[in-house]
Amino acid sequence: MNPAALDRRSFLRLSLFTGGGLVLGVSLRRSARAGEAEVARVTGVTDANFAPNVYVRIAPDGTVTIFSARPEIGQGIRTSLPMVVAEELEVDFHTVKVVDAPLDPAYGNQTAGGSNSTPQSYLPLRRAGATARVLLLTAAAQTWGVPVTECFARSGAIHHRDSGRSLTYGELVAKAATLPLPDPATVPLKDPKDFKLLGSRVAQVNSLQIVTGQPLFGIDQKVPGMLYAVYTRCPVFGGKVVGANLAAIKALPGVKDAFIVSRTFEGVTALVPGVAIVADSTWSAFSARQQLDVTWDEGPHAGDSWASFVQQAQRAAQSGALKRVRQEGDPDAALAGAAKVVEASYRFPFVSHLTLEPQNCTVTIEGDQVKVLAPTQSADEVRRVVSAYLGLPPANVTVTVTRNGGGFGRRAQGDYALEAAAIAQKVGAPIKLTWTREDDLQHDHFRAAGFDFFKAGLDAQGRLTVLTQQHVGFDPHWCPGPNDYPSNFVPHYRFNLGQLANNIPMGQWRAPRSNTSAWVVCTFLDEVAHAAGRDPVAFNLELLGHKDLVYSPSGKGQPYNAARMREVVRVVAEQSGWGEKLPPGRGRGLGYFYSHLGYVAEVAEVTISKAGDLTVDRVVAAVDVGSQILNLSGAENQIQGSIIDGLGTAWHGELNIEKGRITQSNLQDYPMIRMPEAPRKIEIHYVKTDYPPTGLGEPALPPLAPAVGNAIFAAIGKRIRELPFAKTDLSWS
Amino acid sequence: MSQFTLNVNGRNRSVDVAPETPLLWVLRDHLDLVGTKFGCGVGQCGACTIHLNGAPGRACLTPVSAAAGAKILTIEGLSEQGTHPLQRAWVELDVAQCGYCQAGQIMTAAALLADNAHPTDEDIDNTMAGNLCRCATYTRIRAGIHRAAELAAAGPEGAR
Repeated sequence: MNPAALDRRSFLRLSLFTGGGLVLGVSLRRSARAGEAEVARVTGVTDANFAPNVYVRIAPDGTVTIFSARPEIGQGIRTSLPMVVAEELEVDFHTVKVVDAPLDPAYGNQTAGGSNSTPQSYLPLRRAGATARVLLLTAAAQTWGVPVTECFARSGAIHHRDSGRSLTYGELVAKAATLPLPDPATVPLKDPKDFKLLGSRVAQVNSLQIVTGQPLFGIDQKVPGMLYAVYTRCPVFGGKVVGANLAAIKALPGVKDAFIVSRTFEGVTALVPGVAIVADSTWSAFSARQQLDVTWDEGPHAGDSWASFVQQAQRAAQSGALKRVRQEGDPDAALAGAAKVVEASYRFPFVSHLTLEPQNCTVTIEGDQVKVLAPTQSADEVRRVVSAYLGLPPANVTVTVTRNGGGFGRRAQGDYALEAAAIAQKVGAPIKLTWTREDDLQHDHFRAAGFDFFKAGLDAQGRLTVLTQQHVGFDPHWCPGPNDYPSNFVPHYRFNLGQLANNIPMGQWRAPRSNTSAWVVCTFLDEVAHAAGRDPVAFNLELLGHKDLVYSPSGKGQPYNAARMREVVRVVAEQSGWGEKLPPGRGRGLGYFYSHLGYVAEVAEVTISKAGDLTVDRVVAAVDVGSQILNLSGAENQIQGSIIDGLGTAWHGELNIEKGRITQSNLQDYPMIRMPEAPRKIEIHYVKTDYPPTGLGEPALPPLAPAVGNAIFAAIGKRIRELPFAKTDLSWS
Repeated sequence: MSQFTLNVNGRNRSVDVAPETPLLWVLRDHLDLVGTKFGCGVGQCGACTIHLNGAPGRACLTPVSAAAGAKILTIEGLSEQGTHPLQRAWVELDVAQCGYCQAGQIMTAAALLADNAHPTDEDIDNTMAGNLCRCATYTRIRAGIHRAAELAAAGPEGAR
């Protein structure tokens, strides 16, 4: 988003609220009209119901409360965004109370996803903190009858430079709240050189509750009179319930009710038909479910299998009949005239998110009022679908977001909330629905699988002059795309898309699209570099060229910031010791990709035993997410986690499909990376550039898979063209 | 349904549940001790790790009938105020991301440190391999256990 535009649209409002504090809200609303509605809302706020996107409160006793408006899913946002406000406000962070803001549509985007929270919030939050500081400065200066320029803010108080007098923020609240709001454009922001808090290491605000087992998560919630539910869906996607042994289930100990849910809800967030069991405890529901016998109408997809998808994809790619999505130049002529042509095809499977906290939701319906307690990345989506399903105005649905036990994109969908709402409506009591791990793994919105077929042509100097990519996949929203790197960098380029008929639910999975696009693209570029007899770093830097911004040859679309990418590639090569010789069985590989506004390059260093055991010894990352790291501790944790998650998913992540259903069911057949496989050394180098700060939940993940795959090739000469890595025998002699 | 008396975190608690009910759900639903987490239900993720008579165990695989009479320790009972060396180290190093697995990680690590006051990286990797962290905070969990060993060696008030 254009920061200037964001700035114009954002605005601040100040008022006294019923508790007698200074209230400051900041909005990301895109229209002035909606903004006016927000002013009215904020002006009338009470302690119980205000709901801005981000919110500052200073109480007369000096307590500073900062409201966190986005879900905490482990990305650290409940700490890092309040730090932005605290920095400009000049308060000591350990004295700040961070409180979750409720969902309110007047306040814009409250969804966590796409690494968007940081870029969308950074400047408005700075202005929120700075505006409060300016008002407090003015209040103090007026109180003392001195020029405001003689006053300064520090540690929750305003000080007068010459006299040494000071007043705490609490003492200034009443006066500050009566002052007219300054024009946000004139509010001086701190020079980042003077930042004390931003860029330092701050432990998460909920650290102590986490390590003492406090009830932070959705699954930990309990409301009075609550019953416990489990929901059984057809293992074949799109199947319907014909019948079930409901009478036998209802007779089991602890079971309160059992029924078929047949009224569904269509859409990206869907309610699929199934059988609900409601009981007096989670275990009563789970154990009754073991006796459940459902007759399904499995529908038209009961014959789908991964093996047939593979065959269909190969036939589609060979048919020459895929949809041409983008073409530049004359790829066919360029391939015909190329000094060397390189061809390769890649495939990657469906994977699950496997948030460690299974999906769950607690719903209370009282008359026409609905209360939802959910771990969700998007309270807005939950409210939208629950209100639509129940036929109520959205305002009647209150969604309280708990801490999320992992997100990774899974909790952008509200399917589990719809299920809980449907069950609560039928039962007439508050319901906590808990998914089993098997439910969670098999009824995910999966990371889309896909098949990519590349051809490249090199000129006599070994330069890439033509690239064609055919992607055959399952959902055009979640696959590698026509504008991904290096589409703008090749004079002759074509991207064709093929779609396989399927009924598999898919959705965003950490660094959606990029996490697979990076692997196919950077692996193929490595193949091309080797075919050209070139060093991969030199080849890729040459491909990135000399221009700063690179447009498509036709001038259409968004430019690619090649300067930023060249720099992270250069830094990672330098820091990793690229080019230093390694013994047989060891190798280095490069991956680099732009995603979610971040530019990241990674070099993996691997050792492969002759028996074929893979060890990733070291990963070096160069990361450009703009001018400012907000929380150094959180940033480092996200990058380390992205690298290890990227490794585990590329190494092990695989769902198989037979007879229209996922064949894996739990961790015994869907392995996830464990500590012994995590790289011992992860080194991070931040490349700071003069661009607005962006988020780190995603961009460090995509480069890892190609970095490791390319390192394996460098080590033993085996090229992996199918994920997960574990499918390939890596033994060598 | 049967009556069981459980010794949890030093207190006797009575519950009336089916004998095969996993201790996990007794802790969570009946005793409101929700620090012990449900992750997989098949003993593979370690999120429900508790101590039974000092040894780490999986609450999801332990029938309540087998836990009666044992000393059960959960994350809520590891220390009064969150001051166990592992808890202090976890806060100091900001180990968690989402935090869902961390109680299980800490309980497994606590049993490790009780046996081995100064574990090596290999000791840690081998012991912790049964505990999944989906956010993949393994780098910091490893560092956190080393730091906790230092804090423990320095005593309750030391190495701050």
